[in-house]
Amino acid sequence: MRIVEKAQLMSASEIDRTLQRLAHEIVEKSGGTKHLALIGIRRRGVPLAQRIAQAMRGIDGVDVPVGTLDITLYRDDLSKVASHAVLQSSDISFGVDNMDLVLVDDVLYTGRTIRAAMNGLFDLGRPKRVSLCVLIDRGHREMPIESQFTGRVVQTSPTEIIEVRLREIDSEERVVLVDRVD
Amino acid sequence: MLLVKNGRVLDPASKADVAMDVLLDGEKIADVAAAGKLSAVNDAEVFDASGLIVAPGFIDIHAHLREPGQESSETIETGTRAAARGGFTAVCCMPNTKPVNDNASVTRFILDRAKAAASVRVWPIGAASVGSKGEAVAEIAAMKQAGIVAVSDDGKPIATARLTRQVMDYCRSLDIPVIEHSEDVSLAAGAVMREGVTSTRLGLAGMPGAAESVCVARDVQLAELTGARLHIAHLSAKGSLDQVRWAKQRDLRVTCEVTPHHFTLIDEDVQYDSRYKMNPPLAAREDRDALLAGLADGTVDAIATDHAPHEPALKDVEFDRAPFGITGFETALALALEQLVHTGRISLMRMVELFTTGPARVLGMERKIAAGQPADLTIFSTDRAWTFRAAESASKSRNSPFDGRAFKGAPVATVVAGRIVFEN
Amino acid sequence: MTHRFRDLLALEPLNADELTFLLDQSKPFQEIQRHPLKKLAALRGKTVALAFFESSTRTRLSFGTAASRLGADTMNLQAEASSLKKGESLLDTVHTLDAMKPDCLVIRHAASGAADFVARHLDIPVINAGDGTHEHPSQGLLDALTIRDRKGTIANLNVTILGDIQHSRVARSNIHLLGKFGCRFTLCGPAMWVPRELEKIAAPGVSVRRVFRIEEALEGADVVLVLRVQTERLHEPALSPDDYILLYQLSGERLRRAQPDALVLHPGPMNRGIEITPEVADSAQSCVLDQVTNGIAVRMALLFLLTAGDSENGEHPAAEAQTPKNRRSTDVKDPSHASR
Repeated sequence: MRIVEKAQLMSASEIDRTLQRLAHEIVEKSGGTKHLALIGIRRRGVPLAQRIAQAMRGIDGVDVPVGTLDITLYRDDLSKVASHAVLQSSDISFGVDNMDLVLVDDVLYTGRTIRAAMNGLFDLGRPKRVSLCVLIDRGHREMPIESQFTGRVVQTSPTEIIEVRLREIDSEERVVLVDRVD
Repeated sequence: MLLVKNGRVLDPASKADVAMDVLLDGEKIADVAAAGKLSAVNDAEVFDASGLIVAPGFIDIHAHLREPGQESSETIETGTRAAARGGFTAVCCMPNTKPVNDNASVTRFILDRAKAAASVRVWPIGAASVGSKGEAVAEIAAMKQAGIVAVSDDGKPIATARLTRQVMDYCRSLDIPVIEHSEDVSLAAGAVMREGVTSTRLGLAGMPGAAESVCVARDVQLAELTGARLHIAHLSAKGSLDQVRWAKQRDLRVTCEVTPHHFTLIDEDVQYDSRYKMNPPLAAREDRDALLAGLADGTVDAIATDHAPHEPALKDVEFDRAPFGITGFETALALALEQLVHTGRISLMRMVELFTTGPARVLGMERKIAAGQPADLTIFSTDRAWTFRAAESASKSRNSPFDGRAFKGAPVATVVAGRIVFEN
Repeated sequence: MTHRFRDLLALEPLNADELTFLLDQSKPFQEIQRHPLKKLAALRGKTVALAFFESSTRTRLSFGTAASRLGADTMNLQAEASSLKKGESLLDTVHTLDAMKPDCLVIRHAASGAADFVARHLDIPVINAGDGTHEHPSQGLLDALTIRDRKGTIANLNVTILGDIQHSRVARSNIHLLGKFGCRFTLCGPAMWVPRELEKIAAPGVSVRRVFRIEEALEGADVVLVLRVQTERLHEPALSPDDYILLYQLSGERLRRAQPDALVLHPGPMNRGIEITPEVADSAQSCVLDQVTNGIAVRMALLFLLTAGDSENGEHPAAEAQTPKNRRSTDVKDPSHASR
């Protein structure tokens, strides 16, 4: 069984433009950035959140804090990952009470990651509002969870995988659709 | 009648090392002649010992048969069967049974049981003090009359110097040896292994070699004072061997034995496994080196197993709580060949001496292959390959650190009073 | 890079990578201690058996709290109340506990090697919470974590250990762990509690020296680990407490001989006024409270690593992880040392 690349969904410049657009949308919809904060979900949500925050600085010089959240301990599928899990620390240096939080992740799929992330956030305090920003929504939800800020919606089949490759982590910058074939 | 032919006879008493035929008639050796010279008499069983060594019957001067009182660990029947498989024709059993063998009735019980069920000769050792409690001298004369061959409070030293002196005086007059488990109880208190880097690393309480040699020094001084025959049991420390050497230089009647596990293993081999726990404990590297030298230069008189069976339930506990002791009958010869002969440290003749004339001399007897002598022979191979498996042992107990060890050399036949009691 | 462990019986067999991994994996749990809601569901549905055959309040509470904060249930065995008094063997007691199907066993026992012995007889993961005078792995880890947090590193430090080292499993675990990172040890205490063999128990190359004057022992120390003097005298002959205070008590004045930013650690409970003065115990250099907090984090990490998840066929996921040194001590191998 091998993995084959089926299509490139986004190029580096498309990713960049999308993040700029998302940054604008978030600032617009937030009705004031005083209590706004971005929380990147490890791993790839983190550089995305940082870039969106950077883009926001370009708009009105808005400086929005960025935290990182490791959701391993909150997963409901620990049985499959526990023996491989390497726990990372979360790093949220600001209080979450009464904050307007935007969770940032690369791909929204079943929604379980986001459910775990919300558990993690509510362990820290009581945010006023939590919204979700993702680069790709690939459908197949198993939880009643939706993203308020979406880069692109892509129809996928269950065997397909969407790989978001970012220069901070991978050696390239693009979004590809891959499939498992025999 | 039994004719053992074509074997290489090794007889320390005569220093013979030559191919010979040995004819056994009833319980005595009838004739010994050059190989091929003795023709089989009608209805004599023939045992072809070609390629094998024929030695006088081995004696194990230190073993525990656990009967009476601890039959779940071993009985006279099972223990002697294991002894026969190890090539031993006679076993001296220590008195720390339940009840202690400190009077003639217990001695007679043991001898009766042996007559009914033992595969090899059983020579009981009587307690030195009543109950081995170290307070009063036991009825040694009565026990001697009943058949003991030595006295000991084994498991412990004779409790005080004063009592040791009294026992030695008494035994000298009865001409019976005193076998001492030399241990300074205060130095050894609470210890479960030899004190050293290993015990420190494992966090197990250790006793220094001095715990043994301090008491050996005491016993040797008292042997000089009383003129008694003193035999140091399971000697394990260099300091103890130095004391024995000193005593021999002064012609004191002091002898000593070493166990196979003490000339094979050291404290560094100990892990949290009670099959490595015995008393005296496995000693340091330099002690083992000294023992090997003593086995070669004659300071050590005998190899004895200190066969100490404990049923699995007793040994399968935390190291601290496990009783001391390991089995030894079936691995003794193979270990002696492996560690002493195959390595070139001693000659085969010397090894046979350590199993035959050495222990015999301690007990004041002879052991030789000559007409008129008891028909006890140990026939063994010096190169047969085999693996010791504790689960297959004839002993009731399994507590041996040598389980699974591959050996070169094994007992092949054991003859006691003219009968083959073990053959492989 | 992830490491898998079947049991955690000792620190001695672990290498620097594995030890660093365990310290790193404790960090997320340190963080959780700062949350208002300290509870996770990571071990929900799992049961942790706490088999404490030696009385201990702090370690038992610490493991119990760690288990609860991970969402696990606990089964509690306390020696005083146990059937051990009725003569039941350790093995039977442990098998009885095991028959109640816990997912993990934490054991503290007065016999060195007890954890190893128990692990050999059980399939579930076993954590050693202190066996005799042999090791106390979670204490070693929490001490190292405390040092690393305060100093930024555990490498190449001068570590002085004061007290009855011969009978200290805490000292041994610390030596085995920190020794792998280039730390140098000075052992100091009354001669009968600091035997020569202690210089050789660590891996080759680890510098361990004995010094009998406390002033000399503290010179240049980056870390001072103070051991408790056992006033319930288990180890004869007893040493007079006054002599001990005179020679070995860690006072502020003596501590000034160490590095100015030297850390003071104590496994607890402290005998204030005996091995340590109240002044030092409460000083800014003292890390004792951090040690306690870090203890929960470390124990949560250990419970998580050994217990979380199941593999497909119901066996423990780390069962395939055959780090042989973390396996139970094997059946008798051919004893090799002497027979040459």
